[in-house]
Amino acid sequence: MVVQSINSVLRRVSPLWLYGLGLLPLVWLIWQLNTGALGVDPTKRIEHQLGEWALQLLVAGLMVTPLRRLTGVTLIRYRRAIGLLAFFYVSLHLATWLLLDLQLRWSEIWADIVKRPYITIGMAGFLAMLPLAVTSNNRSVRWLGPGAWQRLHRLTYMAALAGALHYLWLVKAWPLEPILYGIMVILLLTLRIFWRWQSYRRAPPSGQSAPAQ
Amino acid sequence: MRKGLLNELKWSDVTPRADFLNRRQILAAAGAIAMTGPVAAQTSGRFSTDEAPNTLAEISSYNNFYEFGTDKSDPSRYAGALQTDPWAIKIDGMVDRPGSYDLSDILSGVTLEERIYRFRCVEAWSMVIPWVGFELATLLNRVGIQPGAKFVAFETLVRPDEMPGQRRPLLEWPYREGLRLDEAMNPLTLLATGLYGEAMPNQNGAPIRLVVPWKYGFKSIKSVVRISVTDQMPQTTWNMLQPSEYGFYSNVNPKVDHPRWSQASERRVGSGLFAKRLDTPMFNGYGDQVASLYSGQDLSKDF
Repeated sequence: MVVQSINSVLRRVSPLWLYGLGLLPLVWLIWQLNTGALGVDPTKRIEHQLGEWALQLLVAGLMVTPLRRLTGVTLIRYRRAIGLLAFFYVSLHLATWLLLDLQLRWSEIWADIVKRPYITIGMAGFLAMLPLAVTSNNRSVRWLGPGAWQRLHRLTYMAALAGALHYLWLVKAWPLEPILYGIMVILLLTLRIFWRWQSYRRAPPSGQSAPAQ
Repeated sequence: MRKGLLNELKWSDVTPRADFLNRRQILAAAGAIAMTGPVAAQTSGRFSTDEAPNTLAEISSYNNFYEFGTDKSDPSRYAGALQTDPWAIKIDGMVDRPGSYDLSDILSGVTLEERIYRFRCVEAWSMVIPWVGFELATLLNRVGIQPGAKFVAFETLVRPDEMPGQRRPLLEWPYREGLRLDEAMNPLTLLATGLYGEAMPNQNGAPIRLVVPWKYGFKSIKSVVRISVTDQMPQTTWNMLQPSEYGFYSNVNPKVDHPRWSQASERRVGSGLFAKRLDTPMFNGYGDQVASLYSGQDLSKDF
């Protein structure tokens, strides 16, 4: 009952609202910058904050399917907005690193990308998100066909895993937050592997198995 | 700097340094400085940089002091609970006069001076800091180094009740650092008891900390309670945690990268969003004073 009423309320809320809502953190960040609330090292704060929001949105996107399968609450209409906002914030994160942090010192940037595993994997995560952002429109779904589109968008798993590893790998020692994100991503991916394995057991190879996402 | 919280601002944020020092000298003369004793804030031109120092608010709000948490703002948030009086340093090992020395005994008879040093963190950011302190060599000479001694080891206070970060095994407590004896005796190496002519803020390592300006910041151990002179290279905290990333020497060296990031350049924090990134000089710019300590050593191996 509760689930049905939640879903019927959600059906009336346009995903457009989510884009507006998703931009509020950016406004807040700019406001903080103006008041000096970002402290002594605003560049690092902005860089890390943008990256963390992108990772949070990636994790939120990965929660949509498990939430539906486990509770019946359907957020699928909002998933595109969540994904695009994740891409938006990860792009700003990358731009901050290039422009404000390393200030276009290309030799150092290039050396970082090829020599530093955490940056390599962060770049890989960003590149994995590029085709997803580009094909996020309805026309691309039609053009690719739903099956191929869905397979392509499994790159999200790579992106989330890359994001979590990128965070875990850049910190010194073992602070709590990156470990928590890592655990969440691994749980959400393990759940999918488990469902996939279950559906294989129920309907062996030839049959049309239930979607595993 | 937090402009919203006016009560966190200190005089050093708004007062030009020259005026500020005059004012401090007046205060010192009035006996207003309690613990560190009168601060004769004479700047040692021989060793001080003429680069503009960061403000006290900057220096005391952006700290790595994992005893209070891993976030840069944790130390300023939680270090208020740290009790720094009474304070004693246990000096042991290969010294003529070992013992537990009260801080006031250590400070009596030393002349405090101001040294404006560059400070380069291993995380590739830097500051300029007007320390107040005295040369470590002064103390080591007073307790008498025995022949055959080669290294000096340091330990930070362990007091989880007052240091919330120590309630988790984030690092292996106590925090440990060490220097080779010749590094410890170098006139650049300080025991600092203050900043900007004031007593050391807790989050910066009150009441007494090491300052080794040609090495990455984590070598400059805070809130020291033990100094041991030995003939063995001591264990050091970050080296124990990750020996491939943090060597015993940890001299600032733009040519030897941290395995996970470059050390070629640095962000001078506190100079705003669009401050220019700086090239990092060898030995953090103190090569004239310390390069000779390492002649014959391959610094890419002894990193």
